[in-house]
Amino acid sequence: MYKLILITRYLLKRRITHFAIAAVALCVFIVVVVMTVMAGLVGEFKQKNHDFFGDCVVGTDSLVGFPYYEEFMAILEQSGLTVGVSPVVRNYGLLKVVNYEARKQVEVLGFDPARHIHVTNFGQTLHYRAGQPEKAFRPIHDANALGMVWGADLFDLGDWRLLGDRPRQLAATLTCFPLTARGALAGIGGKPNAQGFHLSDLSLSGIARVDDALVYIPLEQAQLLCMSGVEKRVSAIYVRLAPHVGLSEGTRQVAELWRRFAQAKAGALNSNLLDAVHVQDWKGYRRAVIAPMEKEQTLLGLMFVLVGVTTVFIVFVVFYMIVTSKRKDIGILKSVGASNLSILALFSGFAFNVGLIGSCVGTLLGWLFLARINRIEQWLYEHFGWQLWDRTIYAIGEIPSRIEPEVIATVIGSAIVACLAGALVPSYLAARLRPVETLHAMRT
Amino acid sequence: MSQLPVTLKAENIHKSYRMGATRVNVLKGVDLAVHEGEFIAIVGASGSGKSTLLHVLGALDRPDKGIIRFNGRDLNRVGARELNRFRNERVGFVFQFYHLLDELTVLENVVLPAMVSRSVAGWLASRRKARQRAESLLDQLGLHERAGHKPYQLSGGERQRVAIGRALMNQPKLLLADEPTGNLDSTTGNGILNVFETLHGAGQTIVMVTHDERIAHRAQRIVTLMDGRAR
Repeated sequence: MYKLILITRYLLKRRITHFAIAAVALCVFIVVVVMTVMAGLVGEFKQKNHDFFGDCVVGTDSLVGFPYYEEFMAILEQSGLTVGVSPVVRNYGLLKVVNYEARKQVEVLGFDPARHIHVTNFGQTLHYRAGQPEKAFRPIHDANALGMVWGADLFDLGDWRLLGDRPRQLAATLTCFPLTARGALAGIGGKPNAQGFHLSDLSLSGIARVDDALVYIPLEQAQLLCMSGVEKRVSAIYVRLAPHVGLSEGTRQVAELWRRFAQAKAGALNSNLLDAVHVQDWKGYRRAVIAPMEKEQTLLGLMFVLVGVTTVFIVFVVFYMIVTSKRKDIGILKSVGASNLSILALFSGFAFNVGLIGSCVGTLLGWLFLARINRIEQWLYEHFGWQLWDRTIYAIGEIPSRIEPEVIATVIGSAIVACLAGALVPSYLAARLRPVETLHAMRT
Repeated sequence: MSQLPVTLKAENIHKSYRMGATRVNVLKGVDLAVHEGEFIAIVGASGSGKSTLLHVLGALDRPDKGIIRFNGRDLNRVGARELNRFRNERVGFVFQFYHLLDELTVLENVVLPAMVSRSVAGWLASRRKARQRAESLLDQLGLHERAGHKPYQLSGGERQRVAIGRALMNQPKLLLADEPTGNLDSTTGNGILNVFETLHGAGQTIVMVTHDERIAHRAQRIVTLMDGRAR
């Protein structure tokens, strides 16, 4: 019981304890803010990729594509594993805006919007056709014209959000080089295919290298522009798994269906193209862009281990000073019968409370800061032109500010462990003090 | 010599300390028997080993050689837990510099030995009785009004009386006092000695260390430490 009283009195009365609590609070504050923002950015980035590509991709990296996709789509739809499948053509082309000196190399994505909106969040990325995404490729000003959706950052259109309920009337020519099933340029001398389109909508996916590089056109047009041959081909099939199907298990089953399908198609015309097809979940498909961010997050975590080591050292120094100044108290306690374990428990309990209070204060300050972080950034931008993340480079909206309970639990737990570790040696030395050493030293 | 039973017996006690490169032999074979209810003063010159002997008697320090028997039991053969209990229940210490805990009130300082020996649950069950005992001691020592004060708010004499109250909290068989008036003026010191005499009159066994012969003569028996031995 005396330990509880002394711990409380030490916490309230000893100024040096307040410095230790402040040090812990500061470290916790830094970790909570940075981990929350980083975790939010990585989480947001992953979610956007998940939304863009669906759960699972059956595809090839080859620009030639693969045939017999409609048969496989029928197999998937009958399997009960999926709630949506969308065939997609991916290729490259040159876009020239009519009547403007605006040319750009673009990535072309061709699909059927009626299918695609059930697999991805394409419908939600549209600005003008958000309520009718299946009509994404029908310009509002002329529903019969051939429409094309641009990535929102493809060209600088000014603040297009202020232009009313329809996009500017722009036409553009898309030129592509179609490939045969053998991978050769189609036509005599490799003649390109060109097609005129009207801008029908803008898509804001939030993924930087998508919104400034992609154009979306109808699947049939993409196949005509980019692929030549008797049988129709696509680059990939995007799949949305049924809710009851787990991602790993679903992908595994789709892969197994594909394996059997490809086996059954062996010997058919251009069936060799099926060998280059692989089945991946969205994480594996986007590993190349997600992995660097995850690695950054891991490195940041390791760096915070160094912050933890610093905290341990600070607590060690503070507790060493406290124990040194409390030698008399230790001697008194031992003279009235306190055991070594009891003394150890006293200072360990003290350290525990320093860690607990410091981490709670740091977490609270972190929460308050994160709740206002976007307003703070806005204020800094308005007054000093300074922005934490340049929005022209990083495709983020608001800075993530939601603290996850797991982050709080981990940080608080780590802070307490760090304090206990820092106080361990001083507490042990305190427990081992011989009472006569301290009491006799006080004599004149 | 008293015919009452021996409470504490020191047999052939040797104790030395290292001071720099040299080893100083402070106690060179001290024999001392403390009978129940005795008031003994140990006198000697500065550095004669008086406090060292007191610390050894109270198990705050271990002798290099020799035996300390408490109620016939050899304290050298007793484990750490038993020694802690001995210091908590059997012995009460009063130091020259009072050695009160600055963060605790007067009442809490007196009650400290009772808190140390109990778990939180044990304390909650017995705290009322302990508080009553502490308040009674403070009453007897004239400190009833000071129960809620902190040590820094008290005079030297008052602090020493708090220390005496703490030493008596668990009704120890033996009270050990190391120069209890050494840091007090003569009037205040006299007051403390009066307290000791009152306690002795009530049957308390007291061993007091002092360098002052006049103070020593207030005790029942004087033991002189000279050349590391007791005479």
